[in-house]
Amino acid sequence: MYKVTINGLDVEVEQGATVFEAAEKAGIYIPTLCYHPDLPTFGGCRVCMVEADGKIVTACRAPVTDGMVVKTDTEEVRKVRLTNVELILASHHKDCQSCSRNNTCKLQEVSAFVGINQDRMRQIRRSVEPVKPDDSNPFFHRDFTRCILCGICIRTCQEINGVAAIDFAFRGFHTKVSVLGDKPLKDSQCESCGECLVRCPTGALYLAEPAVAEREVESVCTYCGVGCGIKLGVRGDRVIKVEGNRDNQVNRGDLCVKGRFGFGFINHPDRLTKPLIKKDGIFVKTSWDEALDFIVDKMSDIKARHGADSLGGISSARCTNEENYLFQKLFRAMGTNNVDHCARL
Amino acid sequence: MIQKFDTIEKEALEALEKEQNNDIPQIYVGCATCGNATGAQSVVQTIKNKLKKEDFKAEIKEVGCIGMCFAEVLVDVIKPGQPRVSYHGVTPEIAEEIVESYVINDDHRPDLALGYFGEGGPEDVERIDAGDVFKNQQRVILKNCGVIDPENINEYIARGGYRGLAEALEMKQEDIIGVLKDSGLRGRGGAGFPAGRKWESCLKPQADQKYVICNADEGDPGAFMDRSVLEGDPHSVIEGMIIAGYTIGSSKGYFYVRAEYPLAIKRLRRAIAQAKEKNLLGENILGTGFNFELEIFQGAGAFVCGESTALVMSIEGNRGWPKPLPRPRTTEEGLWGKPTLLNNVKTFSVVPQILSKGAEWFRGIGTEGSPGTAVFALTGKINRSGLIEVPMGIELDKIIHEIGGGILDDRKFKAVQTGGPSGGCLPEDKLHLSVDFDTLLEAGSMMGSGGMVVIDETTCMVDVARYFLDFTFEESCGQCVPCRQGTQQMLEVLNDICEGRGREGDIEHLLELGDAIIKGSICGLGQTAPNPVLSTIQYFQDEYEAHIKDHTCPALVCKNLIVYHIDEEKCTACGRCRKACPVEAISGEKKVPHKIDQELCTKCGICFQECPERFSAVERLTGKENLAAAARGRLTDV
Ligand SMILES: Cc1cc2nc3c(=O)[nH]c(=O)nc-3n(C[C@H](O)[C@H](O)[C@H](O)COP(=O)(O)O)c2cc1C
Ligand code: SF4
Ligand code: SF4
Ligand code: SF4
Ligand code: SF4
Ligand code: SF4
Ligand code: SF4
Ligand code: FES
Repeated sequence: MYKVTINGLDVEVEQGATVFEAAEKAGIYIPTLCYHPDLPTFGGCRVCMVEADGKIVTACRAPVTDGMVVKTDTEEVRKVRLTNVELILASHHKDCQSCSRNNTCKLQEVSAFVGINQDRMRQIRRSVEPVKPDDSNPFFHRDFTRCILCGICIRTCQEINGVAAIDFAFRGFHTKVSVLGDKPLKDSQCESCGECLVRCPTGALYLAEPAVAEREVESVCTYCGVGCGIKLGVRGDRVIKVEGNRDNQVNRGDLCVKGRFGFGFINHPDRLTKPLIKKDGIFVKTSWDEALDFIVDKMSDIKARHGADSLGGISSARCTNEENYLFQKLFRAMGTNNVDHCARL
Repeated sequence: MIQKFDTIEKEALEALEKEQNNDIPQIYVGCATCGNATGAQSVVQTIKNKLKKEDFKAEIKEVGCIGMCFAEVLVDVIKPGQPRVSYHGVTPEIAEEIVESYVINDDHRPDLALGYFGEGGPEDVERIDAGDVFKNQQRVILKNCGVIDPENINEYIARGGYRGLAEALEMKQEDIIGVLKDSGLRGRGGAGFPAGRKWESCLKPQADQKYVICNADEGDPGAFMDRSVLEGDPHSVIEGMIIAGYTIGSSKGYFYVRAEYPLAIKRLRRAIAQAKEKNLLGENILGTGFNFELEIFQGAGAFVCGESTALVMSIEGNRGWPKPLPRPRTTEEGLWGKPTLLNNVKTFSVVPQILSKGAEWFRGIGTEGSPGTAVFALTGKINRSGLIEVPMGIELDKIIHEIGGGILDDRKFKAVQTGGPSGGCLPEDKLHLSVDFDTLLEAGSMMGSGGMVVIDETTCMVDVARYFLDFTFEESCGQCVPCRQGTQQMLEVLNDICEGRGREGDIEHLLELGDAIIKGSICGLGQTAPNPVLSTIQYFQDEYEAHIKDHTCPALVCKNLIVYHIDEEKCTACGRCRKACPVEAISGEKKVPHKIDQELCTKCGICFQECPERFSAVERLTGKENLAAAARGRLTDV
């Protein structure tokens, strides 16, 4: 364990911890923009600057040394951080009111912390390049004028989803997050998992349909056997969004496109809520008991007339391992090995 | 092993003797990029044709840049038993005359000659190496440039080349490092890091592979020192790299050369092939069992890729982004994660000489803290621009007034800019300063990799700062906020100041920005980008203030702050300005003083140049009142 003194407070941290982690442990806030606990560090935003043993370092990357003395609020630190945030705002969209992240925005949080004020901003030349948002993806859109180039989306796509659909393109002030060939997102490798969206610290990535829930209900995604933990966001009696449940050990909050965005069926008018049996050429709603009896009768009949091997079962990827196990047991018990799975078809 | 080299050397000398017939005149044509750009290739062709036509025998040789770029195309003639006579500004027509008069006959044409080198030249032309240009110079790194045929390895060997390598291969690795340390050699890539220490920290780590990289990215605007060395003396760099490979235990080296240097790349390729042929490169070098391969990697020309970690990323096929601290040292984990030695072209090229002549010799040149020489690309408002090499410690003044021949058109000196976009501007009262790594840094500029731009009274200092900021703004890699956003912000403010939109508080704003960019940026590009602004504010704050407060550009450069006006008293109605104006903004007829319509005028300045000097009726005015009067269309009121 290393002993570190931060603003006069002593804290012990593991060897290899960063200054940021040490400060976190000591309960001291250090502003960050490009840091994300799920991801490797980047070091580009430079707002986490602190003084460590007399030198200005980025807290998110600098490892602590034993006996290190850290100061997070010297005049020099304050000035550098403030100017940095002012510079980010200089080419940032001006209108927070129209932004999906108003009030939950990391840039707003950091701006308030470093002390952005109107008098100083008046000296700043503002220039926001008017770029049209990319609304090609049906689930979420990208507004480049609200992007702070923290690279969190890029690292997420690379490290969490392993797809690497996006990367930095162009250079200097003209740098932007882009897919290969600077095409719309829909024409890329992007799988629309939305992992980047949930980590974006600003309103640069935003839901195509804004959705703030009244209440949350914990559940499990029914799309596949992975069984990711989810939180359903509910308004009235409608499910309006799905978030990954970070406390769930199966997926630790990560979701795929189906789990995150494919919830429209829940409240869809076409959704079947009862089994249907075709009577006189028309599907008629019925009870589960009647439906199951009907199936058992038909299957027994087929088996009796043509033998067990004229039966076969196709299981679903939406079932769990256990369910699939039971399913094949069932068919073997009926006397056939004809069991298959939708993922093979 | 030394015997093996002795044999190679002997063979080289013999081959040269056979190739070279010293009984006939030798003609050298400066065919580096500077020469070629001024037409050297057609001069070579003309000389060849002429010789053929006259059926006269002479050796013609394409050599590198000797540094007198102001005088290109340069043709030198050495006749048996005569000193080398230099001709400047040679065109194909002049070339024919030279061949006719001096090569074939005996008239050395003092009207065309620039001068001669060495002893015993004709009295009616100047001795160049004793004149202002050369007497203050000392050629160490450039000693072969413009003197040997860079495409012939034998010429390099004949001038002592590859002996340093042969000697190094007999030495212990630690001893080579010892010599480098004793020599005090500091890296010529800009930062001046001690080379011996760098090599040592690359020797230490154990690894199955290590790499040597020569940084030939040379991205500073106006800098061409490294290019000249590669074009004029490629073997010296190759030799230095082989020695480095042997010293640190590496078998593979890379040249990182920008693709805009095709001639340098061609010459390097050829030189590598020749060195291999002679067993000075490749497998089992000189029978010692030491193997070393060299590969050329062409960079795409991003300035930031000259930064060591970005350069490594670029060779690895990644985006050329510098790695933020904390990061492993390149000498321990560089290219492909292996220990890597990265030095500048000039650093490598001087190593062989240090090894063959000794650390003491090198220490004897330059200053205590910065031994050796400095190579500069001297440009700007100066009479003799070009590539120069001076001992460290020389005064700035000597470079500008003696070597450079003073300010163009006898105008007043204002400042000298060194270190390119990372450096700063120094005013007249700093001209006594010694040129070395530490002194320049202390004064707010830096050595950099060797650009030196001379600025005179007709140059606006705010505009100069803007020029450099525009460069760093364009070249910022975009990774970190202070540099990506900060250079843009500074540039916007400078644009505003130059265009009459400066605001009160802008100077303080610039100073604050500069401070935050220097402290906050990831790499040297951002960390030095504010220097041109900060140093011009430090020494020329009054010019900034004049722009901001009075809308006055004292140097009469910033277009938005000047107006063109014709003085009615002086105007003789000659009509020259009227005819010359490209937008027909000037009205007037015979005997009626001419007038400029300010609405139409684009401030191109042509009328100002056209008005005959004896009238000097067209004037440039600046300042709030003049601008306001011009806007009202009543400039004559003021
Ligand atoms: C933005 C930037 C550009 C650079 N460009 C060059 C270059 O073109 N050539 C060079 O030799 N060094 C350049 N350097 C310096 C290199 O990072 C490195 O220090 C140098 O190549 C080391 O060689 P030396 O020790 O021989 O000087 C640059 C540095 C920075 C920060
Ligand atoms: S991302 Fe949105 S909320 Fe955040 S600062 Fe920008 S505009 Fe405002
Ligand atoms: S949605 Fe998923 S796949 Fe698409 S860019 Fe974001 S992280 Fe990558
Ligand atoms: S889109 Fe969001 S996460 Fe991606 S770089 Fe921009 S601000 Fe960062
Ligand atoms: S469909 Fe996607 S989100 Fe749902 S359980 Fe499977 S992997 Fe998880
Ligand atoms: S200082 Fe500039 S060039 Fe260097 S890493 Fe930062 S943005 Fe890139
Ligand atoms: S400055 Fe150019 S445009 Fe203006 S009057 Fe003179 S010649 Fe015409
Ligand atoms: S949070 Fe540390 S550099 Fe961005």
